[in-house]
Amino acid sequence: MARFLIRRIFQGLIVLWLVTVAVFLIFYVGPGPKGVARALAGKSATPQVVAEVSHRLLLDRPIWVQYGHFVWLLLHGNLGYSFYHDQSVNSIIAAAFPVTLSLVLGAAILWIVMGVLSGVVSAVRSRSLADRTFTGLALFFYSMPTFVLGLLFLLFFYYELTIHGLALFPGSGYTPFTTSPFEWFRGLILPWFTLALVSAATYTRLTRGSMLDVMGEDYIRTARAKGLSERRVIFRHSLRAALTPVVTQFGLDIGILLGGAVITEQVFALPGLGFTTVQAITQQDLPVIIGVVIVASAAVVVANVVVDAFYAVLDPRVRLH
Amino acid sequence: MSASMNAATTLVEPTAQVAEGEAAKKIEGRSPWRLGYERLRRDRASMISVAVIVIIILVAIFAPVIAAVIGHGPNEQFYSPVGLNAQGQPVGPSSKFLLGTDTLGRDVLVRIAYGARISLIVGLVATVMTVAIGAAVGLAAAYFGGFVDSVLARLMDWLLAIPFFLLAISLVSVIGPGLTVLIIVIGFLGWASVGRIVRGQVLSIREKEYIEAARSLGAGPWRIMFIDILPNVIAPIIVYTSLLIPVTIVAEASLSFLGVGIPAPTADWGQMIADAQTVYQYGAWWYLLFPSIALLITTLAFNIFGDGVRDAFDPRGDQLFV
Repeated sequence: MARFLIRRIFQGLIVLWLVTVAVFLIFYVGPGPKGVARALAGKSATPQVVAEVSHRLLLDRPIWVQYGHFVWLLLHGNLGYSFYHDQSVNSIIAAAFPVTLSLVLGAAILWIVMGVLSGVVSAVRSRSLADRTFTGLALFFYSMPTFVLGLLFLLFFYYELTIHGLALFPGSGYTPFTTSPFEWFRGLILPWFTLALVSAATYTRLTRGSMLDVMGEDYIRTARAKGLSERRVIFRHSLRAALTPVVTQFGLDIGILLGGAVITEQVFALPGLGFTTVQAITQQDLPVIIGVVIVASAAVVVANVVVDAFYAVLDPRVRLH
Repeated sequence: MSASMNAATTLVEPTAQVAEGEAAKKIEGRSPWRLGYERLRRDRASMISVAVIVIIILVAIFAPVIAAVIGHGPNEQFYSPVGLNAQGQPVGPSSKFLLGTDTLGRDVLVRIAYGARISLIVGLVATVMTVAIGAAVGLAAAYFGGFVDSVLARLMDWLLAIPFFLLAISLVSVIGPGLTVLIIVIGFLGWASVGRIVRGQVLSIREKEYIEAARSLGAGPWRIMFIDILPNVIAPIIVYTSLLIPVTIVAEASLSFLGVGIPAPTADWGQMIADAQTVYQYGAWWYLLFPSIALLITTLAFNIFGDGVRDAFDPRGDQLFV
């Protein structure tokens, strides 16, 4: 078990290292650096000033010197400094992460409950009206682009309600939990449901398919033959086994979203990691972009290792591979 | 074998022969493809979605005709008071502009028709590219195994570990936006999932006896990969392709929504919706609603069709695709 985990963690670190190389190459070989020095120096800057700026940012040095510098800082837990804001990348990420975390965790609770419950009902009452309704809804929300759902929510629940004198939800922005728990909650309801409904669809389909598979197994027939209640057969015997693929998907989804729920954050103007990165990319704020991409990839890698470890605990056969 | 069977049939009594002839007509051999196709034909939801897809394709092809009939070009601006109101805001649906106008006083209906072109082109071309790369890499990884497999499998892990939107936006911002760039970026970042599925399938096929037989007959790696193995993974590849099209369409629209898609003034659904974000608070609901509906109908139709294809060609429900 320990060896398996150590191997997976080691592989994860290699993936992370490759990510830093790739991101570094994309941005520092691209046209970014010259543009950055020019933009920072201002419109009327002489070539001399521009050269001075690139020198201070190490942009005039060979790429491996820049990369070495970057890795050196990274190994000390320092992601560098933003080109534009007078802030370290660490503090920018530290400020943005709670926003993304609030959004993703709230939405995750909603979607796992909605997805698994509807999936179980669909599987147990296969081909019933409930099954058809849930399957249809799952297909509908699965087809729904996140930004379309978010904006339609804003159109109907923010704009239409507000002009009719019912200002239930704010149109955009984020209130920290520590400032006002109620405002925090109110502001996140629409983003939560946007992210949750779009994601829940996958879980409904996954749970339904997996439950149907498991319920055809011999041991379920045995459980029934023993005279167990249907409830116990469904929740203790079937659902437990059927949840394995659901948990895998859940881990990966959380990992990806913690790196920034880019679209949802953009639609609701939530200053999380995704929002911050999109801004940094439009400004070519390289240290911030690289910092967020590393953090985001790390989240995915950690999620992968956790899922693998979970799998190995659940199914000893995995360890052999 | 067939000679002995013929001999057997001639021995049967004449009356029985007639009956057997009728039965033979019913039990004619049908290829798995034919069976899949027939299952698909019987699925009402799939057939409706095919009809919708055909309509969308026709709208895309005949977008210039639609523009000509209505009399508004896709980039033709109508200023106040025709296409914009006195405050410079879009005007709502009317007999002149059936679906209203946008922030620049352009006809939303005509732009939706032109937008279908981008969605379909990117959706189809990028999907084919994604699947081609994924299938080739997955096939090579599983067939050669060993070191090649380790490297390719890690590469796939790596691509799947990178948040898609972050890398896509980064790449486009460095290379510069455009249709070709968009297709390449989506294809380049998306093939790993196809690669994984094909690799898994090929790994199990590789051990089959007929592959060993082909090898002992002296077939080379190319022949075995493309003549012996590939046809056996074509069904999952086709299923995956049909399921991937709507995903690609959403990816394109999302990138355009984020401002790194097709550059203006080309009409594009994602971009129209992003643009509508700035005016829906002023009451211009049509500009947000109609492109959204167009996009949703398209992805829904392709998803229903994809589900139908999966059920028709993967009837055992191998749970390869969710």
